Amino acid sequence: MSTALLDIHALRQTFPKADGGELLVLDGVELELNQGQIVGLLGRTGSGKSTLLRLIAGLARPSDGTITYLGQPVVAPAPGIAMVFQGFALFPWLTVLENVQLGLEALGLPEAEIRKRALAGIDLIGLDGYESAYPRELSGGMRQRVGFARALVVHPNILLMDEPFSALDVLTAETLRTDFLELWGDGRLPIKGVILVTHNIEEAVLMCDRILLFSSNPGRIIREIAVDLKQPRNRLDPQFHELVENIYAAMTARTPTPPRIGTTAGTVATSIDTILPRVSANLLSGLLEALAAQPYNGKADLPVIADELHMEGDELFPVSDALQILHLVEIEGGDIKLTETGKQFVEAATDDRKKIFQRQLLSYVPLAAHIRRVLQERTNHVAPKSRFFDELEDHMSTDDAEATLRSVTAWARYAEAFAYDDDSQTFSLENPT
Amino acid sequence: MRLNVPISVAGWGRFFTRWDVVAVLLVLGLLVFLAEASRHLLQPLAELQREPVSLDPANLPEYAARTTLRMLIAMALSLLFTFTYATLAAKNKQAERLLVPLLDILQSVPILGFISITVVFFMALAPGRVLGAEFAAIFAIFTSQAWNMAFSFYQSLRTVPTELVEASRNFRLSPWMSFWRVDVPFAMPQLIWNMMMSMSGSWFFVVASEAISVGNTTITLPGVGSYIALAIEHQDLTAVGYAIATMLIVILIYDQLLFRPLVAWADRFRFEQEPGMQPPHSWVLDVLRRSRLVDRLTRPFASFWRRLLIARWSKGAEPVKRKAPTRHGWITFQWAAIVTAVVAVALWQVARFVIQDITLSDAATVLLLGLATLSRIVVLIALASVIWVPIGVWVGTRPRVANLVQPIAQFLAAFPANLLFPIAVSAIVVLKLNPNIWLSPLMILGTQWYILFNVVAGAGAIPAELRAVGANFRVRGWLWWRRIALPAVLPYYVTGAITASGGSWNASIVAEVASWGNEHLEAQGLGAYIARQTEAGDFHRIVLGIAAMSLFVVLINRTFWRPLYLYAERKFRLG
Repeated sequence: MSTALLDIHALRQTFPKADGGELLVLDGVELELNQGQIVGLLGRTGSGKSTLLRLIAGLARPSDGTITYLGQPVVAPAPGIAMVFQGFALFPWLTVLENVQLGLEALGLPEAEIRKRALAGIDLIGLDGYESAYPRELSGGMRQRVGFARALVVHPNILLMDEPFSALDVLTAETLRTDFLELWGDGRLPIKGVILVTHNIEEAVLMCDRILLFSSNPGRIIREIAVDLKQPRNRLDPQFHELVENIYAAMTARTPTPPRIGTTAGTVATSIDTILPRVSANLLSGLLEALAAQPYNGKADLPVIADELHMEGDELFPVSDALQILHLVEIEGGDIKLTETGKQFVEAATDDRKKIFQRQLLSYVPLAAHIRRVLQERTNHVAPKSRFFDELEDHMSTDDAEATLRSVTAWARYAEAFAYDDDSQTFSLENPT
Repeated sequence: MRLNVPISVAGWGRFFTRWDVVAVLLVLGLLVFLAEASRHLLQPLAELQREPVSLDPANLPEYAARTTLRMLIAMALSLLFTFTYATLAAKNKQAERLLVPLLDILQSVPILGFISITVVFFMALAPGRVLGAEFAAIFAIFTSQAWNMAFSFYQSLRTVPTELVEASRNFRLSPWMSFWRVDVPFAMPQLIWNMMMSMSGSWFFVVASEAISVGNTTITLPGVGSYIALAIEHQDLTAVGYAIATMLIVILIYDQLLFRPLVAWADRFRFEQEPGMQPPHSWVLDVLRRSRLVDRLTRPFASFWRRLLIARWSKGAEPVKRKAPTRHGWITFQWAAIVTAVVAVALWQVARFVIQDITLSDAATVLLLGLATLSRIVVLIALASVIWVPIGVWVGTRPRVANLVQPIAQFLAAFPANLLFPIAVSAIVVLKLNPNIWLSPLMILGTQWYILFNVVAGAGAIPAELRAVGANFRVRGWLWWRRIALPAVLPYYVTGAITASGGSWNASIVAEVASWGNEHLEAQGLGAYIARQTEAGDFHRIVLGIAAMSLFVVLINRTFWRPLYLYAERKFRLG
């Protein structure tokens, strides 16, 4: 008999697509949560880590595979699994106390017991004195404390955390993390295991005993990293730094398998089906310029430059991916480096930059080349957006198709490769004169 | 706050789906069924005693109380309808497909034309005849209140933030508990706003539904409505004045005692709080909250309510269904069977009705009259827009003026057009005017205010920064209107205009025929047609008129207002 709190085996999740096909979101996920562990699910946007958390919470059912909680399959929200939400999910019309009591009321406990446990939870999490406040009167940090208290008072075995600190400012997030780890370390929390979803690499290394690294589209576990550093952990510890760097390298590594249909970046755009990251042309030149300048001189450590630019991994990756797709940078082993063309781009004046950008766009982004070719072939040089949208929708979700078209439109506008008119929803070769 | 769109604007797509066709058939079938039933039931009505109504103003408090009671009972029924119908539509995908188009069609049916049919029907059902008439009046008021409340509630339920839904499921709230703890609170502010609108709007129907003549039978229920009808019959201007004063007092009382406290109380349910907004206040609510007596009296109820909430009506959470790829079979077999059966019956009713009783010339007449009324409404809405949009923008950009104007406009919206008949009819007769033109303004009298409301709200919502930019670049005159004011209020204007145009169709039934004592004036139009057939008790032609009017309303909503709304929403929505 295993002593695992939670056991996930061969889990697969697909969503129906507009054309009747299936979109694979999670594939072959294996996970075991043992007593006393914090397991981190780390990945980029689109890696299905939040979806996985909702499957564990019983909010949805997987297409295939099993989720077992204390020996029982999870088919509905299970007692003993509580969740803390990214956007807090507090009910604005309930006071702090009423919000915390909600889960207890649903358990059908007697009123005196409800009150006792709620007040104990409020006390534990440091919300004393705020019982009668409404959420709108609280700061973000205090709101998330209510979220924690609400989850803890039902005495769950497993606490699920969906990016609980990402909506908070840096300082507040740090305080909340430290407080949580302290209570957890002292054994004062009535929980046996934690699953934390995050896109923040340092947060994962700071909090987790084990980190599962997810690839995107579909989400697969690509690495499992055990973190053996002792709590409390120190960001300045060289071992800490090394772990962070390794994870950066793993998350930007080119996919070892040949790119498949609908594969996202981190590689190169191989066909029109590639999902393009949503990044503005301004941000692209911004990162190129920062790279070219002192002290990097064209080559930088990803975690270092991310820190310097005050960007989290999740904000930096789309930019670096886009630059890589356009062959303006190369990324290897956690390092980012300007290519020859990238250097030329930085040195050029506005008009020449646009020319370089147009050349790269039409050579390396097949979707851009495709749209331009279609426009050239048509006698009036006009084509409706829906024509390309339908094409993309065969290979990706509606949201991704929309985002990809928006990206290519934004880049093409900067490159003056083709124009788009939102009123008539058409692409054209004409630029307004 | 802005009204929600009173029509279904689910998406671009086709103008009519098969579910719209089903909905049209069901509504038509119901109409025909009621009319058929009523025709046979009309006989015993002739014996009904007329309740004496007197013009003595001393009776007015009692009449006002009776009328208000009817409106409040109808409001309670509307809430019941809203909580069940809209919840079913929002929670059950299969039901939604039918219920939403059905609601859309139902609310385009002109209630005033419908009253005669339902009166006969209810009177036959009820044991005592007066009770039947009461039922009919309440039902008429209900139909004027319920649809927009249900629409608002449905739209709110659809937009409960995902995280809140997930949290309530994660903490295993029973469906019963999450309905009262999550869904209803979230929908409350919009719902209360719509309740106020419904209450205002239903005055119009109170006046029409308390005194009805069907064929040779006249039914009079004691109330403000029948008092007004009698005053018009007797050409008693003083009595009309009393009635107006009574109405004003009643509106003031329920505003202070009911709606203000409700609005102030519901403020806590507002999901996002705009900064700088003054929370609404109500002295009644303050008194209630501070009073110990009230606290002691309500405590047992509050405790009982809490226990009711916690009660588990079902054991544990239902297993969640797996996400299966969309099946092309649109519905399960049983559901399909039921819908098909009901539609078949409706189709049969309608077909029999059309074949038996409708000649081609009837249809042509109705169509032509409909076009006449349509052209009136188009001109009136255009005129009202030209007048009220600039005024609305002017008022809306001055918050202090807006605070003054809003309650006045709300009262005017509640003001039944019938009360102005004396003035209109006398003026037309004395000046020898053409009733085809000069009766028309009565149609838009009550509904034009919706344009004003919404434009005021829209202008108030223009961000201060945008107005500062306009001032900074010295954008003035026509350029200011064209580039800043008009685009910013367009989505709001369209919402108001949809309500105004729908309401005007309904009002045409009262406004195209007006009388003052012995003076009877009539304009050529579909509204007058329905009114005339009601007087004659010709149920088939009533149904024909109602069906034609509903068709006009639905067609205009689908081909004109919906695309315009979606366009405005996409292009000019701020923020």
